[in-house]
Amino acid sequence: MLFIELFIQGLIQGSTYAIIAVGLTLIYGLLRVLHVAHAGLFTLGAYLGVVLTNQTGSLSLGILLAALISGIVGMAIYRLVYEPMLSKPPYVALIASIGLYIGMEEIFRLVFGPFGMSFSSAPLQDIVVFFGIHLRTCQIITVVTNVVLLGILAWIAQRTRIGTGWRATVDDPQMSACFGINPIKVRYMVFFTGSALAAVAGVMVALLTNIVEPTMGAVPSYKSLAIIVLGGLGNVFGTLIASLVLGILEAFGTIYIGDLLDRDAIAFAFLIIVLMIKPTGIFTSR
Amino acid sequence: MGLYEISLATGVGIYIILAVSLNMITGYCGQISLGHAAFYGIGAYTVALLSKIGWPIYLTLGAGFLAAGIIGTIVGLTSLRVREDFLAIVTMGVAFLFVGIVRQQEFLGGEMGISGIPSHGMSKLAYLGLVLFFAVLSILFSWYVKRSWMGFAFDAVADDEDTAKVLGLDVKAYKLTAFAMGTAMAGLAGGLYAYYTRFIIPDTFGFIESITILSMVAVGGIGSIFGVVFATILLVLMPEFFRFINDYKLLLYGVLLFSVMRFAPEGLSGFFKLLVRRKDG
Repeated sequence: MLFIELFIQGLIQGSTYAIIAVGLTLIYGLLRVLHVAHAGLFTLGAYLGVVLTNQTGSLSLGILLAALISGIVGMAIYRLVYEPMLSKPPYVALIASIGLYIGMEEIFRLVFGPFGMSFSSAPLQDIVVFFGIHLRTCQIITVVTNVVLLGILAWIAQRTRIGTGWRATVDDPQMSACFGINPIKVRYMVFFTGSALAAVAGVMVALLTNIVEPTMGAVPSYKSLAIIVLGGLGNVFGTLIASLVLGILEAFGTIYIGDLLDRDAIAFAFLIIVLMIKPTGIFTSR
Repeated sequence: MGLYEISLATGVGIYIILAVSLNMITGYCGQISLGHAAFYGIGAYTVALLSKIGWPIYLTLGAGFLAAGIIGTIVGLTSLRVREDFLAIVTMGVAFLFVGIVRQQEFLGGEMGISGIPSHGMSKLAYLGLVLFFAVLSILFSWYVKRSWMGFAFDAVADDEDTAKVLGLDVKAYKLTAFAMGTAMAGLAGGLYAYYTRFIIPDTFGFIESITILSMVAVGGIGSIFGVVFATILLVLMPEFFRFINDYKLLLYGVLLFSVMRFAPEGLSGFFKLLVRRKDG
């Protein structure tokens, strides 16, 4: 029973990682930038979700607006931060992104206060029993939402003209520009989608824990960097698998090797071991 | 000098060693490291443990220096396997791994850290002298390395590894040397820190600290000694002089790191060079 419960916990955690990391890996594939500030948008989404839900009384409206606003902020970050840096060596964008993330964390602290915020009446906390396993509705909703969103994303990427344009731009920006795809538009779209997804993940985590803090993005941020490296930078499928594996690994690791390693260190221990064996990640892109 | 100034200056000295040592790895040799504070921590913990079992200061500092250098060389081995973005993430992993492991170990004091580290047995002013001596030594050493044949080889590796290899440089050996020297110096800084505060906790050596050190290097201008030293002094003292900033210290670091990279990626040294060039031209 413990086994199944841990497995489900891992799945919930892993699918949340996946939703955050998928945007990160899309952005890396497109721009070769490690977008640390992505987690800032995750936190922003969580705050907006809580504030808007408390104001309007409607969770779905809260999620929608949080995703929309975070998506727009994401596009602004691309335009104001990364675009001027693309011709510089890669560490420039990386360090700037870390700086931006630290700055965002502090701004959240100033604007929303250091003690965190909660839903005034936390929705979806009823307990459902499945074959003797107790789950909260929000846990089920989280997994379902994540799976649906990733499914939609996969459908867009594989089956629509927009998706074909994305993939073509990732593969060969110049060639796809020759075929009339506007690479700038693609970048804006990827930043919007990635940031909106991160915001949804933020609201979901807020639902699960019912607390939103300025620093809540830090650990997911660094972990999702580890995940996209594990998945083979820029590889979406690899990122999904790596997220789920890590989520499950952490759930079990906390119980079985918790005395040896901190929960948050497990991801990085796994990462370092994998990279030493296979320096390009589990799934190599190109 | 009052006690406050002595304590402040000691802190500046320790950070100078840290920044200069990271500058060797990231600046000279081009290997980005986001986990430098882990080696600082290894030095501090080694010194704390050994001094508690009665080793004298010159032996403990030496041991901290060696321990960090040896583990740093091992971490440096990863830089032979992975490059650039991958290396950045791996070194970040090292930062989290260090804190994650130390937190769970009984003999390292876990979350509570190690307190009651024996005194260094000198006056505070003499200790400041010792720290500044090591700081100056590390600046001179790093200046010497930059001017030496090895400095040119580092430059070549930083610029383009493959070309350096074609030129017949032993790229692997140079990378490992940079890691060994840089991390050992960080270990020394950690040892000095342990005697300075006589109380250490794992969080002092976490990822944020690594970023703080990196921001000193980045703001000073990656690869430039004097830029880095100047930026270190500035960044350590600024929150002290402007007490009201102290609450916003992290915000300041974030904004500074971001703006320097966004508007002047060569840092202060690039800025000075620009000024000098304008004067000349």
